[in-house]
Amino acid sequence: MANKSILVVGGGMSGLTAAVEAAETGYEVYLVEKKPYLGGRVAQLHKYFPKLCPPNCGLEINFRRIKTNPNIRIFTSAEVEAVSGQKGDYDVTVKLHPRFVTEDCTACGKCVEACPAERPNDFNFGLDKTKAIYLPHEFAFPMKYVIDPEACSGSSCGKCLEACEYKAIDLNAQAKSMNLKVDSIVWATGWEPYDASKISYYNFEANENVITNVMMERLAAKNGPTQGKIVRPSDGKPVTNVAFVQCAGSRDENHQPYCSQVCCLATLKQATYIREQYPDAKITIFYIDIRAMGKYEDFYTKVQEDENVVFIKGKVGEITENPDTKNLVLEVEDQIKGEVLHHEADLVVLATGMVPSTLANPIPVDGTTDDDGFVIAEPKETGICGAGCARKPMDVAASVRDATAAALKAIQGSVRGGNGNG
Amino acid sequence: MAKKIGVYVCTGCGIGDALDIDKVTKVAEKEYKCPVVRTHAHLCGKEGVELIKKDLEGEEGVNAVIVAGCSGRVNTDVFNFGPSVMVERVNLREHVVWCHPANDEDTDMIAEDNMRMGIVKVQKSELPEPYIEEGIVKTILVVGGGLVGLTAALEAAAAGYKVVLIEKEASLGGWVAKQYKQVALRPPYDELRENDIQDIIKQVEDNPNITVYTSAKSEGISGGPGIFEVTINQNGNTVKEKVGAIVLATGAKPYDATKLAHLGFGRFQDVVTKDQFEEMASSGKITRPSDGKEVQSVTFIQCAGSRDPEHLPYCSAECCVGSLRQALYVKEQNPDATAVIIYKDLRAAGQYEFLYKKAQSEGVVFIKGEVVGVNEAGGQVSVEAEDVVRGETVQVDSDLVVLATGMVPTTAFGEEELTVEVKEGEEAEAAAAAADTIIRSDILNLQYRQGPELPSLKYGFPDSHFICFPYESRRTGIYPAGTVRAPMDVRAAIDDAAGAALKAIQCVELTAKGAAVHPRALDFSFPEFNLSRCTQCKRCTEECPFGAINEDEKTYPLPHPTRCRRCGTCMGACPERIISFKNYSVGMIGSMLKNIEVPEEFEEKPRILVFACENDAIPALDIAGINRLEYNPWIRIIPVRCLGSLNLIWIADAMSNGFDGVMLLGCKHGDDYQCHFVKGSELAEIRLSKISETLDRLRLESERVQMRQVSIMDYDQIPKILDEFAEKLEELGPNPMKDF
Repeated sequence: MANKSILVVGGGMSGLTAAVEAAETGYEVYLVEKKPYLGGRVAQLHKYFPKLCPPNCGLEINFRRIKTNPNIRIFTSAEVEAVSGQKGDYDVTVKLHPRFVTEDCTACGKCVEACPAERPNDFNFGLDKTKAIYLPHEFAFPMKYVIDPEACSGSSCGKCLEACEYKAIDLNAQAKSMNLKVDSIVWATGWEPYDASKISYYNFEANENVITNVMMERLAAKNGPTQGKIVRPSDGKPVTNVAFVQCAGSRDENHQPYCSQVCCLATLKQATYIREQYPDAKITIFYIDIRAMGKYEDFYTKVQEDENVVFIKGKVGEITENPDTKNLVLEVEDQIKGEVLHHEADLVVLATGMVPSTLANPIPVDGTTDDDGFVIAEPKETGICGAGCARKPMDVAASVRDATAAALKAIQGSVRGGNGNG
Repeated sequence: MAKKIGVYVCTGCGIGDALDIDKVTKVAEKEYKCPVVRTHAHLCGKEGVELIKKDLEGEEGVNAVIVAGCSGRVNTDVFNFGPSVMVERVNLREHVVWCHPANDEDTDMIAEDNMRMGIVKVQKSELPEPYIEEGIVKTILVVGGGLVGLTAALEAAAAGYKVVLIEKEASLGGWVAKQYKQVALRPPYDELRENDIQDIIKQVEDNPNITVYTSAKSEGISGGPGIFEVTINQNGNTVKEKVGAIVLATGAKPYDATKLAHLGFGRFQDVVTKDQFEEMASSGKITRPSDGKEVQSVTFIQCAGSRDPEHLPYCSAECCVGSLRQALYVKEQNPDATAVIIYKDLRAAGQYEFLYKKAQSEGVVFIKGEVVGVNEAGGQVSVEAEDVVRGETVQVDSDLVVLATGMVPTTAFGEEELTVEVKEGEEAEAAAAAADTIIRSDILNLQYRQGPELPSLKYGFPDSHFICFPYESRRTGIYPAGTVRAPMDVRAAIDDAAGAALKAIQCVELTAKGAAVHPRALDFSFPEFNLSRCTQCKRCTEECPFGAINEDEKTYPLPHPTRCRRCGTCMGACPERIISFKNYSVGMIGSMLKNIEVPEEFEEKPRILVFACENDAIPALDIAGINRLEYNPWIRIIPVRCLGSLNLIWIADAMSNGFDGVMLLGCKHGDDYQCHFVKGSELAEIRLSKISETLDRLRLESERVQMRQVSIMDYDQIPKILDEFAEKLEELGPNPMKDF
């Protein structure tokens, strides 16, 4: 067991892919995910570009691959605390946060009916609430409930304990530590949306009808806070005139110097969400360059054919709110017309970029990330390999390819003598 | 070994409260005489699992387990008792008590029927035995010796695999070998690095696990994963190699610049392509072809023939970065020289942004606009462009103009043909749906009934169109990588090579075990053909989406099990029903539906049979249950591997057994198909259109059999679809064949 095993850190699309691809090749894999469910960012997306197909479809099959493969062991609500050793011989300390709900949970849902406490729903970026005991979402894997200790008042309440017929709740559960010995490590902790409140001139926090692109995914999603209806957060009204602000915090020395690669396509895709729901809605996309690489150009061409979608080359300077209507005014120079516009919209979507999660939570091994936080470890030397958006900004299909490549590097790190030149 | 079925009914999660459990257990005990039938209030708990284990290990000697409770999507590991114990999950929770009223006779009847189907399914199934070919080899064949092929070879070798690499040119290195400098693979990203392709070539040549054939091509590939036999023609000599899987890395060719006369190519000597420019830079001096003078000014025209419906509609993903690189060559040669890039959108995505910034800081001039004319003026080339930012036409005169031409995959060159001959008549539609486009690019020369190359999807790229599974081509064990698969930049191509190498390695490992590859990885079942009853109709060989079945000279099918993805499309296509899996067959599903109790007409309890794709429709029905969405209680659901495995006899059986209607729930098809087996749902729909005519002839309204394309997210729509179908059937009245 200690031989030829691989640790995959992060259970989003990249981590899942690295884990199942390595496991299906015949290697032992431990998959460690911080959240209480697998699927990561992808689980929060409404559709993928350019096919406009549902991400849960691909997640479902990956979950099935995990469920039916004895080579993979998953640990959710778990984080890597320490890594020591070297390629071919790593000791990893994993902290297992308490779920407060045990393996005996059948996901019957009786606890939720009993629970009196609520919490902001992080899965929906706080746009709605769940009970303190909750199922992260209906496609969640593992299909087990979890308690948010910050919202739960503990054994002084205990209503869920009474409701649970399976004695599957342990309000006194404690964090535990676990040690793993592995040959190689795939770091696939993905990305966080760039904090839009840092772009002060967009007044993201004060302007209710300024949202980010990741929030738009939840607004459009059927299992989101509005059951898929795209409405203004301030008053729940339908939208008629939506503005997308590209490179919000990206390609900008004061924020993120790099381009996040996906935001152009994400915006084109979100334009189709709106147009599908509102046949008369007008959409304006303010951009620097539309980076629809490769065959994605076809999707760009398709969206351009919609005459209700207007593209204006220009970087949005400031967003102010009309206090009466809660509409927004965007100050922007239309570079092509050479004039300053004061464009009014009833909903503004900031196309914020990706921050690698390794910026705030670095790999506990020196020299593995660059200044922006992206993983640059050389797998051939270190046995540690970045995968997906932990390595560089990329879309889902690219993440899958990258993670498949990472699975190979991990396998190389665990090939032992006598088997070729590995 | 005789099957001894243990039936375990879970009464937890409200099942026991909502159902008359006695009725359910009676089905197992009385109707099917199952030797062991037990109930438990928490079957997935320790005690429940122990209960089952005791029967498996103890004197009861149970060797097949039916767990009636929650969906098979959950607790999969809990109810796994090893490969020798068959486990069937009868869904009483998500598909019964969570979506139908409690303590209701009709709800009980669904549970009873689900139990009947589960038992019959186990009775009619055998544990699959792996199909293991003799003489499996794990060597990886890499076709193409450019950067991607070389990288794939090295990566596979580093994992301990032998590699055979064939390259049609006399030397290795491909397109990259002609480049002067390379983009950075790690920070700092704003610096170019020396081209290290010669080191990579040397590593390949020195690697004892890699056999290289240059000036070589594949003349023929027969067999399948694990047992491919490649005939390599090297300078006229023929060599045969056995390989297990293939990475296709033949790259792309530059778009034909002779078609770009409007941009000056062919008209002026000092208009060159980016590749000609690169060779110049590599040779040491960037000069004007017309007079050999060192250039003082260079203009780069982006999207030369790309993003242009007249030429290549797509973006080639590399050219913007390529021109940034080349503009920096100009600055390197002479910091005072001018470099101008005329572009539509500057696509320096991701960390290439740093290189863009570098070019800006080095004084490279960027003009967003469209080129409207290229002429000669005063010994220079004059480019006229609409500068959209300045809102005027500008004229840029320079010593040299470089056209950033795009890439065309090597698989796009050759005559097009369809994998299935489409003739006029009744079968035309089915044939058209089954047909893939093959471009005879003379690269692989597969000896497959369905054509010599990988099917081409769009613009000649043989990619998968799966976002989640980008390496899956339609020919098992052949994985395209790099620019032959999609336009991409050098960094992406290097990663792509490693990813495809992993898939190839995985394929040989799974094949050696006798297991399927994606999407049914580790499935040990495979289709068996009872050829004595075959009528040589060719439907299986034509409809297999993966080209797994060849034909012999008498047009009998010659299945190649290692090429098979186990979708069952052949089984669905076969009118003689001679194709079956050990654990999935026409007879098994037929028995399941025949064991559903269909009440007589006077009872006014119609029955509707639903065949639902287990990949998306079944999970969607589970989610409907989780959301407690109610739907019509006349529905009975049979999961299928893929709707492509739907055999029309099931519909005939359903109608003659008194079902009032049949609904098929399958995945989306068309350009943006979601079917995991590419064509299954589309083929089912076409088969269905044929049965409509038969139904009409039998005076059965064709509306009684319908199909809907659904996705996993249609969990809220499916109950409505089913209810509306039930209403429609009520309008039509009972199936007139009910009482026969």
